[in-house]
Amino acid sequence: MNAQLVALAIFDGVAYAALVFMVAVGLTLIFGVMRILNVAHGSFYAIGAYLTVTLVGGVIAAGFSPWLAYPLLFVAAALVGLVVGGPIEKYLLKRIYVKEEALQLLVTFAVFMILEDVQRILWGTQPYFQADALQLLGNIQVFGVYYTAYQLILLPVVAVLVLIGLRLFLRRTLTGKLILAVTEDREAATSIGIDADKVFLVTFVVGATLGAFGGALASATTSVLPGMGADMIVLSFAVAATAGLGQIEGAAIAALLIGLGRSFALYLMPELEVLVPYLIMLLVLLVRPEGLFGTAKTRKI
Amino acid sequence: MTLRRVVPLLLLVLIVLLPVIAPWSKIVLTLALAKGLAVLGIVVLLQAGQVSFGHALFFAVSAYAAAFLGQAFAGGELISMLLIGVAASLVIGLLVGLFVVRYRYIFFGMLNLAFSMIFYSILEKFYYLTGGADGMQVARPSVLGIEMERDPFETLLFYGGMVLAILVAYGVHRFLQSPLGNMMKTIKTNETRLEYLGVSARSTLLAGYVLSALLCGLGGSIMAVAQGIVTPEYAYWIRSGELVFIAILGGAGSVSGAFVGALVYEVVRTYAAAFAADYWQMILGFFLLGIILYASRGLVGLYDSVLQRFERKEDRP
Repeated sequence: MNAQLVALAIFDGVAYAALVFMVAVGLTLIFGVMRILNVAHGSFYAIGAYLTVTLVGGVIAAGFSPWLAYPLLFVAAALVGLVVGGPIEKYLLKRIYVKEEALQLLVTFAVFMILEDVQRILWGTQPYFQADALQLLGNIQVFGVYYTAYQLILLPVVAVLVLIGLRLFLRRTLTGKLILAVTEDREAATSIGIDADKVFLVTFVVGATLGAFGGALASATTSVLPGMGADMIVLSFAVAATAGLGQIEGAAIAALLIGLGRSFALYLMPELEVLVPYLIMLLVLLVRPEGLFGTAKTRKI
Repeated sequence: MTLRRVVPLLLLVLIVLLPVIAPWSKIVLTLALAKGLAVLGIVVLLQAGQVSFGHALFFAVSAYAAAFLGQAFAGGELISMLLIGVAASLVIGLLVGLFVVRYRYIFFGMLNLAFSMIFYSILEKFYYLTGGADGMQVARPSVLGIEMERDPFETLLFYGGMVLAILVAYGVHRFLQSPLGNMMKTIKTNETRLEYLGVSARSTLLAGYVLSALLCGLGGSIMAVAQGIVTPEYAYWIRSGELVFIAILGGAGSVSGAFVGALVYEVVRTYAAAFAADYWQMILGFFLLGIILYASRGLVGLYDSVLQRFERKEDRP
């Protein structure tokens, strides 16, 4: 493996990690606050990608500047978070917080099944390709390797901004502090007048938006086709579990670890490419059951 | 004999007779039987409150083991194929089980999922061994050295499977009432107390896990010979979800629910796939939501409450 290949593998890994991080951080945020592992998160990712393709395609076909593709990424993500994520929490998940964990998992699985077919009905089964956002930024040359600026610069920068933004949001804003309070102790927070229901709704919408944003960003780099949500939910869970469920900063590091591991495997042992994320997760959990950055829970009798 | 006993017995007789009246139903019923056996494995784990999102792994391990044996011995033999399938799922169940019984709930479910996805991608990527995404053909095996035509073979598979399923269902029923079965239930209600009694929760769960892997394996190898083809899709996580779905549909934690659920599911799926191919998954999703939100005891629970209403009417003078 020469220097250029190593550089390529690193670039691939970082670009990929940035995308997976966006989805995994939404998943881990929702879990951290609501203690629900949302299987339908993969659908948010897929719908975000589909909607972006449709919006960008429509705007360009209508004769507007292709540069509008960038703001449209945000529009698509926010739309999915509000229109798809919001009602799911408000009308469905709210009713199941008292049920056992296994059933909660199944409810989100049912939502996932429903949304899979919704995608099929709205967008059909043919793959879509809409790479204007990728092509507009052109290529850059680093270490003798040509790479797209979108993947090498934009994606990692956006991922870091999301990470910093999320941290500031949780620590500095009132809404963020309310979320942290409810995470820490729901009962105590409710007793001092915090509306926990509202906090849950906000958290879920933010989490869903992040997942959809991952899909929106990914839509320019790959073809959008059925099944992408199913693959992504498993992968983003691997990232979130490796980091420790509920760990936001940890998810960034785990995403890098898994992204790089996967891209190096792609160049060295292509058969193992899909396996590497799971192997990393299993290895980490074997040594640290609560994940790299998680803390062990005390047992209740 | 009470009404409570009569209806299931009639249903059983109907299912046994159905292939005689309508030969096309044989294969659908056999597939339902195979799935029912696998769902029984999920039911065992549900007793301990654990949901595995990766039990399709054992389904696939066993199906592929049977397929490899069939290929190695030019056609193969039915009984030995079933045995090797079950043995393979037992060994893998023990290995995976040793690792996953350290976890509970979400981690338990998702780690199982990770293992099944590893196996899925191995099946798909190492195509020179496994045929990749196209899978492997499973030729119709002989039975104890006797070559059979397609029709009698399918008949044998169905009735043989039926007898096997009844025996296995009875066995699982007894297991759940045994001391070990009751300890499994304690893992759900209060694990720490179980440990205070001096019982290792991990080895209890491991025993249940291996049993559930074995049951899934049995279903998998029957499915392989019934369908005549095995594909990596057997191990896909949606398949695992399907098994859990059927367990909840039938009635979480009940042995009869596993088979009732599998039967209803397979029939609905066959028709829905023909008439509403684009949204049958959506229908299933809404069904699952309805069951969890409004009828948490599943089809068996619904049947129970209908019966109770009848019996109360009879009691009145």
